[in-house]
Amino acid sequence: MSEVQLRGGAVADRTYEHVVRMADVSMHYGAVRALSEINFAVGRNEIVGLLGDNGAGKSTLIKILTGVQKPTAGDMYVRDEKIDWSGYSVRRAHELRFETVYQESSLCEMQPLWRNFFVGRQITNRFGFIDVKKQKEIAQDILLNAIGFRGAGITVDSRVSDLSGGERQGISIGRAMYFDADLIVLDEPTVALAVKEVRKVLDFVRSIKESGRACIYIEHNLAHVYEVADRLVILDRGRVVAEIARGELSLAELTQYLIDLHDKRDQHADG
Amino acid sequence: MAEIKSHRTVFERIEGLPVLLALMLIIGIFMITAPRSFLGVRVYMSFFATVPPPLIIGLGLTLVIAAGEIDLSFPSVVKMSGIVFAMTNKFIAFPLDTDADGFVGSEGVTNLLPWLFLVLAVGVGMAIGFLNGLLVTMVGIPSIIATLATLFVFEGLSIIIGGGQQYSLRGIDEYTVHAALTGRIGIVPVQVIWALLAAVAIWFLLNRHKFGEHLMFIGDNENVARVVGVNVKREKIKMFVLMGALGAVAGVMVTLENKNFYTTQGTAFLLIVMAAVFIGGTAITGGKGNIPGTFFGSFMVGCIEAGIISSGLGGFWTRLVVGLVFLAAVIFHLSIEDPTRMKRLVGIRPSSDGLLARRATSPPG
Repeated sequence: MSEVQLRGGAVADRTYEHVVRMADVSMHYGAVRALSEINFAVGRNEIVGLLGDNGAGKSTLIKILTGVQKPTAGDMYVRDEKIDWSGYSVRRAHELRFETVYQESSLCEMQPLWRNFFVGRQITNRFGFIDVKKQKEIAQDILLNAIGFRGAGITVDSRVSDLSGGERQGISIGRAMYFDADLIVLDEPTVALAVKEVRKVLDFVRSIKESGRACIYIEHNLAHVYEVADRLVILDRGRVVAEIARGELSLAELTQYLIDLHDKRDQHADG
Repeated sequence: MAEIKSHRTVFERIEGLPVLLALMLIIGIFMITAPRSFLGVRVYMSFFATVPPPLIIGLGLTLVIAAGEIDLSFPSVVKMSGIVFAMTNKFIAFPLDTDADGFVGSEGVTNLLPWLFLVLAVGVGMAIGFLNGLLVTMVGIPSIIATLATLFVFEGLSIIIGGGQQYSLRGIDEYTVHAALTGRIGIVPVQVIWALLAAVAIWFLLNRHKFGEHLMFIGDNENVARVVGVNVKREKIKMFVLMGALGAVAGVMVTLENKNFYTTQGTAFLLIVMAAVFIGGTAITGGKGNIPGTFFGSFMVGCIEAGIISSGLGGFWTRLVVGLVFLAAVIFHLSIEDPTRMKRLVGIRPSSDGLLARRATSPPG
């Protein structure tokens, strides 16, 4: 635990412009081009919304970024330093303090929250026995202060199955923040959530910004991502087709832009 | 509803309490139906001698089931460790302690040999567990199939090694290993103390060690476990190795208690160990394991077998009664210890993320 923080702290002391930057990254699956020469960057404390239809390349991009897959070509820079692909993995991404909150819950249903917070990174003595008291104290602190579950009837002993979908995303995001992630990737966190629950998740995204971290927010719902993102990156058929800074377009204009993009592609396909 | 909730908190706070109460109830019934046995001490000492081996295996199986896997090969581990322990002692240790007048009993250094053979037998059990682990994690065979196959393989191998014969170990009680594993303190069999220590150790392993936590997360949702950084394959292999070690210890205990290796030793354990684990409240769905439940559940199964016969019913009644208790226990655990599941079943709380819920078992809607 302390090791994680120390390692992270050492990295964070250096100044850098982009927490992550991809340069001309391409990904082919045989003859299929999933990504073509992508240039994509996330600045410090920037919330980047990543938009695109199914098959636009969003998830491939994220898989490369988080070490699940290696690209066919291109470079990646983490905190302005070039990454050696051969040594890059999910574990390495964790060490570089990238955390991913998956679309489906990254929590185990039957287990209490305090276990879910720490599993994989338990606070243990040297024989591997868990310091339950300390883990519960910290989990309690995250619940109250980082996520703000005050008086919601949720305790560290609550099971995940007792939580709503939005609360679950909150727990995952809170966990990522506690482990001092610099970059939190949210993979469609509002899918299948009720309106009230979506509100909660958007509040969590804002708290990521307030705590000084960066975030890549993948979303299919334009209104949600528009509300919280500093910048929108639009992917289409494996290419970055537009980058729009906050306030550059209104929500209505943006919607129209995306519809036009769609029509243009259909025409292209017809022709 | 509120009433159910209050029950739940009492039963959740003291793990295994319902099983203990049921065990006491059953003993109470047998005290009435079979007073001559159950009001005396002897029958309980007999339980303390015979229940520990299946109990110790049950503790391991609880971990395996908590991780969402199963191990059916333990009866053959009991045979393999038994035959290895019996033959090594009979053909290596005993001849050293035999002179022209016959068996003279252990002297000094030779006392250590059976301990070495115990380690060897446990090593054989661990090797079988390791093989199970490899078949499940590396080859990708579902554990129920892989361990069913190794159940056959190692039963066969134990017969081949032993030539299908039983091996008498008369004289083994001259050695310290016998006193240590299956001796008596007064009238109390030592193995019950080992069983108790094993239960405490494995409770801590499951509930307080990161290994146990990993197993519960694997059993709960293997994909999530992987994403949060649990090395799923490695933990499963470790688990099967531990299961093999416990099965081997049980096998040596059986052989020592009988002072004989029987070719059928352990065969009957397959069903009673599984019954004990499920009666104890560990669910086949994984994610949780109830160690005190397995402890008391093992004694319950042992009790029923003896109690039915002492009550004057035929031995064939034991299976029927164990089966009924088994069913009653499983239904009880489902309704009390996991009310959220029951709520889902009756559709009180249709949550928005119901579609994403992991359980394939819960019906839609």
